[in-house]
Amino acid sequence: MPIIIENLSYIYMQGTPFEKTALKDINLTINDGEFAGIIGHTGSGKSTLIQHFNGLLKPTSGRVLINGADTAGKNLKELRRHVGVVFQYPEHQLFDETVYKDIAFGLYKQKIPEEQIRSEIMRVIEAVGLDAGILEKSPFELSGGQKRRVAIAGVLVMKPEILILDEPTAGLDPKGRDEIFGNILKIHETLGITVILVSHSMEDIARLVNRVIVMNKGQIELDGTVAEVFADTQRLEAIGLSAPQVAYLMQGLKDFLPEIDDRAFTVAAARDELLRHLKGKVRKC
Amino acid sequence: MLMNNITIGQYIPGDSVIHRADPRTKIILSLVFMVVIFLLNSFWTFLAVTAFIILSVEISGVPLKYTLRGLKPLLLIIVFTAVVNVFTTIGTPVSDVVPLKYVTWEGLILAAKLATRLALIIISGSLLTFTTTPILLTDGIEKLLNPFKRIGIPAHELAMMMSIALRFIPTLLEETDKIMKAQAARGADFDTGNLVQRAKSFVPVLVPLFVSAFRRADELATAMEARCYRGGTGRTRMRQLRFTAADLAVSLTTFLIFSTVLILQLF
Repeated sequence: MPIIIENLSYIYMQGTPFEKTALKDINLTINDGEFAGIIGHTGSGKSTLIQHFNGLLKPTSGRVLINGADTAGKNLKELRRHVGVVFQYPEHQLFDETVYKDIAFGLYKQKIPEEQIRSEIMRVIEAVGLDAGILEKSPFELSGGQKRRVAIAGVLVMKPEILILDEPTAGLDPKGRDEIFGNILKIHETLGITVILVSHSMEDIARLVNRVIVMNKGQIELDGTVAEVFADTQRLEAIGLSAPQVAYLMQGLKDFLPEIDDRAFTVAAARDELLRHLKGKVRKC
Repeated sequence: MLMNNITIGQYIPGDSVIHRADPRTKIILSLVFMVVIFLLNSFWTFLAVTAFIILSVEISGVPLKYTLRGLKPLLLIIVFTAVVNVFTTIGTPVSDVVPLKYVTWEGLILAAKLATRLALIIISGSLLTFTTTPILLTDGIEKLLNPFKRIGIPAHELAMMMSIALRFIPTLLEETDKIMKAQAARGADFDTGNLVQRAKSFVPVLVPLFVSAFRRADELATAMEARCYRGGTGRTRMRQLRFTAADLAVSLTTFLIFSTVLILQLF
């Protein structure tokens, strides 16, 4: 299910004194199985852009094609079954009496038989790292991290072929963050679905995605691999972003160790590069 | 989607003479205007007052098109009252043919007057909120209610409640929009089915909305207490309300036009 965006522009509250152009002439193609990251400072149009992927917003001009189908068309229900969106703070959307019913919400809407629903739910709660014991609890008695997982499970249960995550780990502790990202990465690898991650954490982006799309003032500023995008630290800083911390460390080290490769953007890559460099010189003591 | 249609209660920044006028002036004039609208009787006076209100909108700098948009949500009520009037007023029938037999000339005129009156009231009300920040508006109401404190009306508390309510309208609308989108992304459908099904489809929106409204209320109460809010007694204001030249200009013009219109109507 490739996403093809052609000349997309979007204006909020058109025809009022509060009119605001949020997206300007976006052209973008995201292919099957990609793990793409979208970064950009607050108000750069990231959230507006992702809401176009499942037809929650309709383009003011231009087209959005999901698997060849225009999102301006009628069959949005079908589209939304294939494109799952996890919004910021998704735990705020929980409403049902039990965790089970809440996760099953989308499936009930599709009139899927009860047995199949049960097996689907068992599958997703394992995928997001939840215990089957909480299924009969009220979602309101869970901890913040558990609520977040329940909400993500509610989207995953629809078996989306494109999964869009808007800051899925904002406000979580490092352990919860790593677990959720670990689960997402596993889903991406085992099912081969397209994942689009919106994040403010350059570290998370560098660690997870294959492709980085940088948004600025409603336009795409940069689009490339992690190495291509994060190597251009000056340009990123000019638009209020930055490269991952470790990239600055490596750039600084390069002044002293000119022979190292400073294009390492994750802690693991930097460690490997430094070890590789040291291997030739380590003295036995 | 939801927010685009609700314009009443919105403040539109500007620096017109109407923006600068004291909120008390504007509130009183709006009330006077409502009374005047119900005193109007002839076509020409209606025309004059409509022209006056359009001119006021122009002076305020708020786009006229935007002001008229505020009528949209209330269109149903306006049309309904007009239609009821058309068919229920006793008088000379328009024609002898069956559907038109029940329509009277008197009914048509009454319906037109009523629809115009409602539209004018809505526009003047919108003009008040378009040009007055919610804070100034509630300050004005509090000041106007002050004399009634002696007979036990809690002016400050009422004003505070109103300003909090006004403050949270956009927040809750935004929240509703967000939750509706999140549920729609999970397969919720708000537009099809019969009335019962549609009402039911709003449960997944209302539950999270109430949960977040209570959470916000709780946070607000804590924040107010943390800043030592103890109610109205002994509270002073940073911005004092004063009757200025702008107020004089606005009130004089309005009173002059209203009295001319009403006196002319007598003849």
